[in-house]
Amino acid sequence: MRALPKPLVLAGFMTMLFLYVPVIILIGLSFNASAMGVTWKGFSIQWYEKLLADPSIMDATINSLIIAVLSTFFSLLLGLGLAIGMEKWRKGHASWMNILILLPLVIPEILMGVALLMVFVFLQVPLGFGSIVIGHMVFNLPLTVVILRARLRKFDPIWEDAARDLGASSWNVLTHITVPMLRPAIVGAALLSFTVSLDDFVVTFFVAGPGSTTLPLKVFSMIKTGLTPEVNALSAIMVVVSMACVGLSWLFQSQAYSFSIKHDSSS
Amino acid sequence: MIHLFSHSLPLSVKYLFWGASFFLLLFFFLPLLVVLGVSLASRGLYGGVEWIATLDNYRRLADPLMGIIFFRSLIFASLATIVCAVIGFPLAYMVARASPRWQLLLLTLVMIPFWTNFLVRTYAWILLLRADGLVNAFLIWFGIQSEPLSLLFTDFAVALGLIYGYLPFMVLPLIVAIERISPHLEEAAYDLYASVGAMFRHVVLPLSKPGFVAGGVLVFIPSLGAFITPYLLGGGQKMMIGTLIQQEFLVSRDWPFGSALSFALMGTALILWFLVSRTSFGKSLP
Repeated sequence: MRALPKPLVLAGFMTMLFLYVPVIILIGLSFNASAMGVTWKGFSIQWYEKLLADPSIMDATINSLIIAVLSTFFSLLLGLGLAIGMEKWRKGHASWMNILILLPLVIPEILMGVALLMVFVFLQVPLGFGSIVIGHMVFNLPLTVVILRARLRKFDPIWEDAARDLGASSWNVLTHITVPMLRPAIVGAALLSFTVSLDDFVVTFFVAGPGSTTLPLKVFSMIKTGLTPEVNALSAIMVVVSMACVGLSWLFQSQAYSFSIKHDSSS
Repeated sequence: MIHLFSHSLPLSVKYLFWGASFFLLLFFFLPLLVVLGVSLASRGLYGGVEWIATLDNYRRLADPLMGIIFFRSLIFASLATIVCAVIGFPLAYMVARASPRWQLLLLTLVMIPFWTNFLVRTYAWILLLRADGLVNAFLIWFGIQSEPLSLLFTDFAVALGLIYGYLPFMVLPLIVAIERISPHLEEAAYDLYASVGAMFRHVVLPLSKPGFVAGGVLVFIPSLGAFITPYLLGGGQKMMIGTLIQQEFLVSRDWPFGSALSFALMGTALILWFLVSRTSFGKSLP
């Protein structure tokens, strides 16, 4: 194969730079000793120290983590049922469901935010942890289903049939064949749901109540009330955490990939 | 129910299936119906909703001021989509055709911004664009500009923020689409004496269409309803539909009119989604 055209590679690297330069500058400035502007006054971790000393940041972090764990767990539980159920559906029923399940992922977030806000107010659901967890599940559940189904469609139903022929109950087939084969997708979906939940701002902004401030809400209010260098430090931490999550998810996905290659060659 | 599933499923999976369906019905489809319902109701005296049917909220959409904001949002969303496609394609092609060792690294590098907090990535541009920001420091240092430019809170800042924010949503589907094109087709074009430009024009670009369509939807729809970008980089003066909806709901407390705006936004998004799912791309969806 011939080498890639040089101008194209150059343009590609320019785009990559465009993606990374602002974030790298953000991380760099978080270590700037100067409180104002962009002039470099030496290396300092004072903004990180200030950040850690602020109890409201700790509270927001804990809130974010609790909400992310709960919404990921329930999305996974319901998502498993929905994905496996859809897979075992008779042909023909599933096609409209395919479009419907993707809808929450393509509808503008702000619309979901205001729509959920009104439903919670009308149903008199108190705004707080519960409403945020439900709000996050509205996009985490379809995300989980899409990832699980992509994996489900790749594996051969012959394994499940064989187990059934050998007298396994439907519960045993589920726990000994289906779920173990889904494991890489389950871990991948969980990590992505967790990250998306941790990062969500728009839906959370509309359905949060007093006492349920999450990390992105905290960042938003810090940006709004005046730019302090602590925002840079907090933002830098959030970027690094996202990187770690993507890295981990990637590791599991690539394991899933090598698993499916081994599996295909043996059959 | 016996006829719905082709194989026997454990009862627990069936419960979870119906539980999940009920959840989406209650917290996804019902909220959308509520938006429609409230958009046809009247505003109460103190900002609540009075259930008196009216089309007034939709009539107010015809207001020239609303027209300007909708038009501006459409222009920004289209601009962001086009620029993302143009600058995203070279990167996507490079990743899709890289050797396996490079590919994993490049793909991870593209994935990281995709999953990095959108708010934080937008905030990074405030640091760059404000009067004492890095771009101005750079321009003055190089003597291009003697006075700091006011870059923040401009149309330019909003457009830039949308492009930057949604670029990964264009690049990833493009990578998938380009990877599906057999390199043999490119070889064949070169063997038949096509220039590099002609090869791209007649082989790669037409075959990348599913990627452009998917990426286009993923950039256009969120850009159209964007809230964070116009709010933080437009500073409230450069309104888009998203900032207007937020204002109607949380500042003016006019839920019925806010709902009508939301419904118009959803209508635009759904029509687009419907058109796209009828194309060949739609049939290859999971």
